[in-house]
Amino acid sequence: MPNSYSETYFPVLLQMVLATAVGFALVALGVILGYRVKNKVKDSPYECGVQPVGSAKERFSVKFYLVAMLFILFDIEAIFLYPWAVVYRDLNHGANRMFGFVEMLIFVVLVLAGFFYIWKKGVLNWQADPGPASVPPAKAPAAYSLSEK
Amino acid sequence: MNYFLLTLIKAGLIAFVLVTVLAYLVWVERKVLAHIQLRVGPNRVGPHGLLQPLSDLVKLLFKEGFIPSHVNLFFYLLAPFMAVALSLGSIAVIPLGPQIDVFGIKTNLGLADVNIGILFMLGLGSLGVYGVALAGWASNNKYALIGGLRSAAQMISYELPLALAIVAPLLMFNTLSFREVVDAQGGYLFGFIPQWAIFQLPVPQLISFIIFLIAAFAETNRIPFDLPEAENELVAGFHTEYSSMLFAAFFTAEYGHITTACMVASVLFLGGWQPLWPAAYGSDFFPVVAHWFFAAICFWHARQPARSYDRYTMPILGIILFGAGGLFLVPFLKPILVPLFWFLSKVAFLIFTFVWVRGTLPRFRYDQLMRFTWTFLFPVALVNLLITGLLVALTTK
Repeated sequence: MPNSYSETYFPVLLQMVLATAVGFALVALGVILGYRVKNKVKDSPYECGVQPVGSAKERFSVKFYLVAMLFILFDIEAIFLYPWAVVYRDLNHGANRMFGFVEMLIFVVLVLAGFFYIWKKGVLNWQADPGPASVPPAKAPAAYSLSEK
Repeated sequence: MNYFLLTLIKAGLIAFVLVTVLAYLVWVERKVLAHIQLRVGPNRVGPHGLLQPLSDLVKLLFKEGFIPSHVNLFFYLLAPFMAVALSLGSIAVIPLGPQIDVFGIKTNLGLADVNIGILFMLGLGSLGVYGVALAGWASNNKYALIGGLRSAAQMISYELPLALAIVAPLLMFNTLSFREVVDAQGGYLFGFIPQWAIFQLPVPQLISFIIFLIAAFAETNRIPFDLPEAENELVAGFHTEYSSMLFAAFFTAEYGHITTACMVASVLFLGGWQPLWPAAYGSDFFPVVAHWFFAAICFWHARQPARSYDRYTMPILGIILFGAGGLFLVPFLKPILVPLFWFLSKVAFLIFTFVWVRGTLPRFRYDQLMRFTWTFLFPVALVNLLITGLLVALTTK
C-alpha cells in the first residue's frame, strides 16, 4: 500500500513512461525499418493521383474557431460542476437540504441562458452559407440536360 | 514485498496484456464485422485467422515508412507518438479489481489509486485531440488538413456532453476516485438488484450512460462519427500521408481510447467488478459455467466440423476454455479472477457494442453531427444533471 504522495503517483509516472516508450518505439521502428524509395511523383501531396493544386494551407471556415472558443467557455463551466458534485451531499444537509441544488440551479440557468443566446445568434448553425442572394443559381449547361435527344 | 517492485511487476503485466489486447481487438473487430455482413473474415493466417495481428505487425514494421518531403517533419513524427502515448497512459488510474491478498501481500488490482483519478483520465483524454489535429496540420495535404480540423472541432464539441455525463454518477458517490466509485456501487437493493449507478437511480443515470457512450464514440472517431477519416470524401482524413507503423500508431491509439472509454463506462455506470447478482446466488461460479458452456460449444462444433480443420482446432480451443474455467475454482486464484472476470466481461460487452454499431449505422453529415451535440446532447446532459441533483437531494437524509 502506498504511504506517501510520491508513492501514490509512482505508478502513474511509471505508466506514462511505459506509454511514452511504446509510442516512441512504434514511431522509431516505423521510421528505421523498411527501406525507402523516393521519387518525384510519390513525394507530392496525395490528391487522388491528380497534380496537386495550390497550397494545402488554405483558409478554412471561421466556424472552427467559433467552436474552439465556445468549447473553452462551456468546458470551464462544465469543470465548475466537478467540485460541486464532490461536495454535493455535504452541501445539502439539515434544515436547508436543497441548498446545494438551488445554488447550482442558478449557475446552470445562467449557463443555459448564455447557451440559448449563442444558439439564437446562429453560432451553432453549421449549414452552408447560401451566399449573396443576388447571384442566381447556375443553370446546367444544355449539353448535360436529360431531355435533350 | 517492496511497493516499488510490486508496482513494476503490475505495470509490466498490465502493459503486456494491454498491448496484446489492442492488437487482438483488430482481429475481433474484423471477425465481428465480417459475421455481421455474412462473411467469414480473416481466416488465412493461423486457425481462424488468430495469428493475423502478429502478421499485420510484422508486415507494418517492414513496410516502406515513407515520409514525404513536403511535411513538417517534427510535428509529423510527434503526432503519432503523442496519440499513442496519451491513449495508453490513462489506464494507470483505472482500477481493475478489489484489494487482493496473494501470499501475504496485500495489493490493489490496478496500478494507481489517486484521489483525482476521474479528472486525470478526463485530462489525458482531452489531450488526445492533439495527435489528430497535429497529424492533419503537419501533413501539408488538403485532405489531411480538413480531416484534422473536422476532428478537432468534433472532439472538443463532444468533450462537453462527456464531461457533463460523468458528473451525474459523481453526484451520487461524491468522490473523484474510481475505486471509491466502485465501492459505493457494491451491495444489493432488496437483496438481488445490484447497486450499480444505472440501477441506483435508473432514469437519469441511464440517460447519462447513453450520453457518455455517444460522446465516447465521437471522441474515439468511430462510426457513426468517423468524419475525420470519411474515406469517400477525405481519402483517409488526417492520416492520408502516413504509412507503415506510423499509420498503425493511430489505430493503436484509437483502440487504446476505446478500451479506456469502455473501462471508464463500466466503472462509473456498470459497477466495475461488482457482479450482476449476489454471491449467495452463485455469481462466483458463473465464470466457470460460462467458460464450460463455451467449451461444450467448441466440442459440439468439433463433432460437426463446418470446415475440415475445425476437427482439430475446436477441441484444442475447448480444452483451453475448460482449463480456464477450472482456474476460477482454485481457492487462492478465485478472489483475483472472479472480480476481473466481471469487470472484463462488462468492458468486452461495451467494446462489442462499439463494433456492433460500426457494423450497423451509416455516417453522420458534418452539420448534423455538430448540431446533434450542441443543440441536443449538451442541453440534455445539463438538464439530466439537474434532475439527478434534485433526486439525490430529495433522497439524502
